[in-house]
Amino acid sequence: MKGVFNMKHNKGLTFFTVCVYLFIFAPVVIIIMTAFGPDEVIAFPPKGFSLKWFVNIFTSDMFMKTFSISIQVAVIATIIALIIGVPAAYAMSRFDFKGKGLIKNIFFSSIIVPGIVFGFSIFNFIIIKWKLPIYTSLLIGHIIIILPYIIRVVASSLEGFDYSIEEAAVSLGASRLKTFFLVVFPNITSGVIAAFMLAFINSFNNVPISIFLTGPGVSTLPIKMMSYVEYYYDPTISALSVTLMIMTIGIMFIVERTLGLSYFSK
Amino acid sequence: MSFINLKDITVSYDGKVDILKKLNIDIEEGKLVSLLGPSGCGKTTTLRVVAGFIQPKNGQFICEKEDYTYIPVHKRNFGLVFQSYALFPHLTVFDNVAFGLKMQKVDKKDIKKAVEEILEVVDLKGYNSRYPKELSGGQRQRVALARALVIKPKLLLLDEPLSNLDAKLRLKMRAEIRKLQQKLGITTIFVTHDQEECFSISDKVAVMNGGLIEQYDTPEEIYTNPSSEFVARFVGFENFIELDKIGDNIYQSKSGVKFITDISDKDTKTKEKLVGTIRPDNIKIIDNENEAENNILEGIVDVRTYLGKEYQYSISTEVGTILVNANNEKIYNQGNEVKLYLPANKLVLV
Repeated sequence: MKGVFNMKHNKGLTFFTVCVYLFIFAPVVIIIMTAFGPDEVIAFPPKGFSLKWFVNIFTSDMFMKTFSISIQVAVIATIIALIIGVPAAYAMSRFDFKGKGLIKNIFFSSIIVPGIVFGFSIFNFIIIKWKLPIYTSLLIGHIIIILPYIIRVVASSLEGFDYSIEEAAVSLGASRLKTFFLVVFPNITSGVIAAFMLAFINSFNNVPISIFLTGPGVSTLPIKMMSYVEYYYDPTISALSVTLMIMTIGIMFIVERTLGLSYFSK
Repeated sequence: MSFINLKDITVSYDGKVDILKKLNIDIEEGKLVSLLGPSGCGKTTTLRVVAGFIQPKNGQFICEKEDYTYIPVHKRNFGLVFQSYALFPHLTVFDNVAFGLKMQKVDKKDIKKAVEEILEVVDLKGYNSRYPKELSGGQRQRVALARALVIKPKLLLLDEPLSNLDAKLRLKMRAEIRKLQQKLGITTIFVTHDQEECFSISDKVAVMNGGLIEQYDTPEEIYTNPSSEFVARFVGFENFIELDKIGDNIYQSKSGVKFITDISDKDTKTKEKLVGTIRPDNIKIIDNENEAENNILEGIVDVRTYLGKEYQYSISTEVGTILVNANNEKIYNQGNEVKLYLPANKLVLV
């Protein structure tokens, strides 16, 4: 097929595409290469090959501890947010009730308000006024910021699910609750998994909120990475970035193998 | 007392506008009754009240002498078939059909037997392990029907079940539904906007308009003797002539043409405005005035439309434009003067 958008015949478009890819991937390639450099400071191109920075991460208590806190917070916050978010999404997509618009806005407000403002106000209330423990505050903060993602993704997969299917189940003798678990949930699992991943990644990567809600003994990996870069300029951070990339690719691989990524584009 | 009674059912979604206005209908056991009407007439709302998805603002729904008005949907044991089929996409044909029985906690062996029996009845033997997306529209419809019937429902409710099928399949499926319904003797309510479809399978038809039932009768009676102008228009009457009563069964148009009708004028005496109506098929174009003595209209051909089997003429007369369907034996052209005969036994007063 010959057309304006035929890559083989449009040099300008090819050039543009290559530029975009370079812009996206060149920094990633540089980070990966510097992670294996032997020098004490990040240098490009690296003057040799060494795995000592990777060893450094896994032997550093500080990184291992914050990594495990980040994972814990992301998993627990995501699960709690799912428990709140899935029924909320269901209620908002299926029922009309008074104050629906207001509740919707409240749920989505954490996306609209700048993260740093939001983080500060949570800090002000939860830690200063209510004096909740740091770990709990961190969890609450993360639940609030990932809730909109969960509600939005789950609501959009509910939207595509014909309501008369639920009515059919009810007419066949299933209560509303049974209908939800036997009929609705199995048909929105792809949405729920997508919501889980999105929420997990958002929680794991979050800086503007976490920075207010971390303190002595409790910190997340991104916060620790930031403060590390302030003092040291060695390739440890590059090595850590590579490790995180591998982790993400690993998750995507497992998801692809078990569900298929095409599952998400449905 | 009938099997089903809807008494003064009033439904409002917003509390202001009534979608159903004191609707009453009785349905006898084992009959198939259609609710027919244009979109927005309240036919689907009526079905949803019966199914239990909508609580009426007022009124009562009685089934087998029991008050069902406030019984929740999942305890009614009515079979429902939806326009979109509404099959469970994540379950096989077998599990789709078995769903209702599983909810009733029927023994596994009995479920298997019942499901296989009903799948044979709907001609889907051997499709047990297929998923809905692997089936054609007609097959999905039959699974939906099997799923609704396997629970041995008290009542079968069909909400425009054929409108997503192509024309050929629709004819076949409606015959199958009728056959099954009669074989099982199950009381059925069928919602449709398709006049022909509903006449072909119903014992009785309720023509609805604006949240009320305009006429509730056998298909034959509705087809030949509609009770209101709305019903007449909906079932294909196209000619409407305003009349005044001047004697027993003798009427006169505003312009002075006299008409005789054999069809009794029922309760039309109480109406302010009398309208005579007749189908285009029932008017004859006559060449010889001796063919008929009365009920004759003179006119001029305006437009001729070819319908395949016959021609339709639009003829302007002193009582307005009249549509006539005539065979191909003699063709009239635009401007031809013609005489129309409106047989007294076909002219209906509404």
